[in-house]
Amino acid sequence: MSILIFAENNNGKVNKTAKELASYAAELANRTGDQTVAVGFNLEDPETLYQYGIRKVLNITDETYKTFNAKAYAEAVAEAAEKENASVLLVGSSNDAAYMAPLIAAAQKAAYVTQVISEPLQTDPFTVKRKAFSNKAIAEVVLKSEKKILGIAKNSYGIKENPVEGQTEVFTPQVDKNAYEEIKSVKVEKATGKVSLSDAEIIVSGGRGLKGPENWGMIEELADLLGAATACSKPVADMGWRPHTEHVGQTGKQVAPNLYIAIGISGAIQHLAGVNSSKNILVINIDPEAPFFKAADYGVVGDAFEVVPKLIEKIKEFKAQH
Amino acid sequence: MKILLMLSVVPDTTSKINFTADNTKFDTTGIQWVINPHDEFSLTKAMQIKEKTGAELHVVHVGPKINESVIRKTLAIGADRAYRIDAEPTDSFYTAFQLAAFLKDKDYDLIFAGRESIDYNGNMVPGLVAGLTGMRFVNAVIGLDLDGEKATVSREIEGGKEVLETTLPVILAGQKGLVKEEELRIPNMRGIMMARKKPLEVIAPVEAETLTEYVKFEKPPQKSAVKLVDKDHLEELIDLLHNEAKVI
Repeated sequence: MSILIFAENNNGKVNKTAKELASYAAELANRTGDQTVAVGFNLEDPETLYQYGIRKVLNITDETYKTFNAKAYAEAVAEAAEKENASVLLVGSSNDAAYMAPLIAAAQKAAYVTQVISEPLQTDPFTVKRKAFSNKAIAEVVLKSEKKILGIAKNSYGIKENPVEGQTEVFTPQVDKNAYEEIKSVKVEKATGKVSLSDAEIIVSGGRGLKGPENWGMIEELADLLGAATACSKPVADMGWRPHTEHVGQTGKQVAPNLYIAIGISGAIQHLAGVNSSKNILVINIDPEAPFFKAADYGVVGDAFEVVPKLIEKIKEFKAQH
Repeated sequence: MKILLMLSVVPDTTSKINFTADNTKFDTTGIQWVINPHDEFSLTKAMQIKEKTGAELHVVHVGPKINESVIRKTLAIGADRAYRIDAEPTDSFYTAFQLAAFLKDKDYDLIFAGRESIDYNGNMVPGLVAGLTGMRFVNAVIGLDLDGEKATVSREIEGGKEVLETTLPVILAGQKGLVKEEELRIPNMRGIMMARKKPLEVIAPVEAETLTEYVKFEKPPQKSAVKLVDKDHLEELIDLLHNEAKVI
């Protein structure tokens, strides 16, 4: 039997999520004695995965798969799972993975659990912890079927180096490519040169306390300085100060960076639900009673228009010394 | 044209989440139930298409009788007919199986859902229904244009969007962005009166398996108290972020 990971890539290179999944697979295989296998599409550096405990990589090197197609990818990954006799399939929580995985679950009648934040607490019955109720709870769930799919929550497991001997083979699935005709990709639009919210290690987020869209210059300056993505609260997006794609919260994006900096955001329960998986939270707010301080690791009570420019100066000094 | 909304009913976003004494179940005491926020975007889009094309709009929900007041709300907003499959939606596969069975003898052109419910956040029921029925499907939908049988659909991807072309019938899991926030509908008095007379049919569930089981709930660990730094000594904050949090 084996544990199979769906290894996603950025421009051909194995991405951070793939390394996290590999680390998870290696740990789990240690307990179950299973083989660790990865399947990916047009990977340029499959051997990277050996560093994180993957012993075999199935690389699908067909040009057809250059663009993502949920059904075609699902069928190819399912076929890899069959071939490798996989008992557990690990996927990430990207939009592509979340689009593809339910199709595999339905075809294989596999129990599929998303937002998983722990290694299995036990493997019989197979029990994992996951986030639920928009991060307001953690649940223990039992997967009862023979085949299982785990969607690992972003930035929850971490990357662990564990070098092993590995091998890569080209894999050619017998997929009906009609899927590419049924749903045809005509255009991909990505903001270039900006750190995307889902990849960001640091996020700088602004709220109503910033008083207007014209005051976002310092937010962007701070973000640039830190290599961070910018985000905002729901009212800010609703008023059109910032694009909806930046809205972080229960009904917007849920994020889990290493550092979330909230500036002029009071911390409504719906906003907290979208950010409380962040490893560290820094709150800058003029109101010492702002509920966000209760959810924060670090806080500065003060006027954003005074604190943020000063903080930018201090970080510049720090960067100059390091 | 016939449109269907697969509706989830969830606790209001301001709800305090608690569990029963043995921490095995979600405590529904005092919970206000609402239309799942992601479904609201789909419902509004469905209403806009209905108003433009004269399409018929149905709603289907898997859930207990207590959720009927929320189903009525979709009728008050403008849906024509509703179905409630009388079962607890405790497992995604079970719920999807019920919906797939419901769809077997139907001929909807457009089937909407919300990307995920904000309670269990599974993000999988629409995809499972697509897998079980073999229907075309797009997840995380943030835009839709119809031209006869042709649908141009935008979906969210990491750091941007992808535009797709497909043909009806199709299942679309909508989310924020599908319509503007200010376009979201709320029921008016006339709608509420009319909704009382609209059909809400209760259907018995089909035999189906559950593949997962929730055995325990807990609250996320409490944060230790916030470390406040004086605004005139921000170098201390830099020091904490560098040496303690190790994030810069």
